[in-house]
Amino acid sequence: MMPSFHFELYVAGDAPRSRTAVRSLTELCEERLSGRYELDVIDVLAHPERAEQAKILATPTLLRLRPAPRVRIVGDLSLTANVVAGLGLDGEDEGDERDDA
Amino acid sequence: MTKMERKRAEKVPSGIPGLDLVSKGGLPSARSVVVAGTSGSGKTVFGAQFLAAGITEMGEPGVFVTCEESPEDIRANIASFGWDVPRWEEEGTWRFVDASRNLDDVPVRAGGYDLAALLARIEDAVARVGAKRVVVDSLDALFSRFEGDAAFRHELHRVIGLLNSLGVTTVLTAERDSDYGANSRRGVEEFVADNLILLRNVLSSERRRRTLEIVKFRGATHDKGEFGFSITPKGISVIPHLDIGHDRVMSNDRLSIGNPDVDAMCDGGIFRDSVMLVSGAAGTGKTLLTAAFVDSAARDGERCLVFSFEERREQWFRNAKGWGYDFHQLEQDGLLKVVSDYPEVATLEDHLLAITAEVETFKPQRIAIDSLSALERVATPDSFRKFAVSLSAYLKHHGITSLLTSTTPTFLGGASPNEAHLSTVTDLIILLRHTEIGGELRRGLTVLKMRGSRHDHGVREFTVDENGMTLGAPYETPFGLTKEIGVLRPSTLDVTDAEVDEDEDAEEDADANPDGEANADTGEGPDTDEDSWR
Repeated sequence: MMPSFHFELYVAGDAPRSRTAVRSLTELCEERLSGRYELDVIDVLAHPERAEQAKILATPTLLRLRPAPRVRIVGDLSLTANVVAGLGLDGEDEGDERDDA
Repeated sequence: MTKMERKRAEKVPSGIPGLDLVSKGGLPSARSVVVAGTSGSGKTVFGAQFLAAGITEMGEPGVFVTCEESPEDIRANIASFGWDVPRWEEEGTWRFVDASRNLDDVPVRAGGYDLAALLARIEDAVARVGAKRVVVDSLDALFSRFEGDAAFRHELHRVIGLLNSLGVTTVLTAERDSDYGANSRRGVEEFVADNLILLRNVLSSERRRRTLEIVKFRGATHDKGEFGFSITPKGISVIPHLDIGHDRVMSNDRLSIGNPDVDAMCDGGIFRDSVMLVSGAAGTGKTLLTAAFVDSAARDGERCLVFSFEERREQWFRNAKGWGYDFHQLEQDGLLKVVSDYPEVATLEDHLLAITAEVETFKPQRIAIDSLSALERVATPDSFRKFAVSLSAYLKHHGITSLLTSTTPTFLGGASPNEAHLSTVTDLIILLRHTEIGGELRRGLTVLKMRGSRHDHGVREFTVDENGMTLGAPYETPFGLTKEIGVLRPSTLDVTDAEVDEDEDAEEDADANPDGEANADTGEGPDTDEDSWR
């Protein structure tokens, strides 16, 4: 079964903000979406063509590809409340799968 | 300032006609130039042309970073200039970096970020095509997404730092809110631009006038001031002032104007490469003198280019035939080319470009423009003045003997306001006037000024028949011909024109004064004039 959440996280090598973003996102997903998410981390320095395809300007940038609609979050994801609201994870801490209308 | 910056910067050809003259060779190589202007001022065209010319003329690939329009829109919008971007993309000489806004998602902010992804994309694109030129269009569209973020200036520095380190020459466009305001919208030129070009699109007297100004080129020279430019079907074309002929050796050859009597009044004829103004009301004989001028050119075996702005070609040929000139034959012989156009079909800048284009192809030794004053209809006084200076300097630079006519607004003479501008850039002025004497309308002629030569100060009545113009004896009784002359002075006409300086007025007083010895003007005249008109 396809995980219900699919994220792409675009980072620039192992810059401090990139590490912060990876750590923040992994913690959040494990806490709220354990077993129900897929995360691809893309290094734009190694794969600029991926950044071109997705039209990424800033790093870190998090894309929520699933569920629709697509959501774009810019920053190192240290502002957890913004990430939770942006991704529509408000009700996810009890395993209650629900899309943000 | 580093040692590198103090060294005189190398330049790369901009690919924009006229700009390399004004910028003394092009844009500073391996540097960034901010091109700022209001919306619709031609910034995107400037950038695209810089890349297109790099590919077609220099064999230099380019990268276009578009932050506002999609690549699809850019391709479509600039195809009309003949720039085949899809083909260049296929060849691998043009590459887009699409930094345009994603309409489908509005980013949420959640912590600090930088533009590393954009930098990586630009660097990748530059490496893939081996780019030497990069355009970022526009900085404002890019940074509008990060409004309120103090870090954006830092990021902008990183973008420019990267581009400079890649050794590419970069054009960055920036939006301005007003044509004469102090800053671009975000003040980018203040802190990033060593090199700044402003494009303006000014509405003046209900006419649009586009100008380009190089505000600074660090470590490099350039011409100062605003230069008119035009967006032609081939892209931007800048009209340099072209006042480059001062150090040219003045010719002492005298040529016939085409009428022995008038030649005699001018001490034997006009100097080669001088510019002559024939001023008169409708029907006083300006076109006749023009025809005589063409005929005398042909007799000397010289090619003459004629611009007729008041009459259509066939009408012009028919008029000439009435005076006994078969100009169709001259055209067949390649000694004459007549171009007829309505002044209203183009802007003044376009007309100047059309004139220079004809000169480049036909390579005439003489040129006649009948009438130049018709072009006043498509110009503001200020742009007409600059046009007249550019045209005169261009013609002199090419060593072309020129006859320009000016039609006065009333039938009984009187100067048109712009004659003041014309008189300062011409070497010889002939006045033609209708005058009522003893219940008859007669025509009179006088030579008002002639630089570097004696001339007859008399007023001569003349008649016109199928043999052309015949001058009578010098007129002894008051003819009233010169009563309007005082009006020619810019000081009385141009009091609203702040750029007329005091020296100019003094010079003009001397020129326009038909009495006394004031006409013993020397070759220094044109320098004074053109400097002050800049």
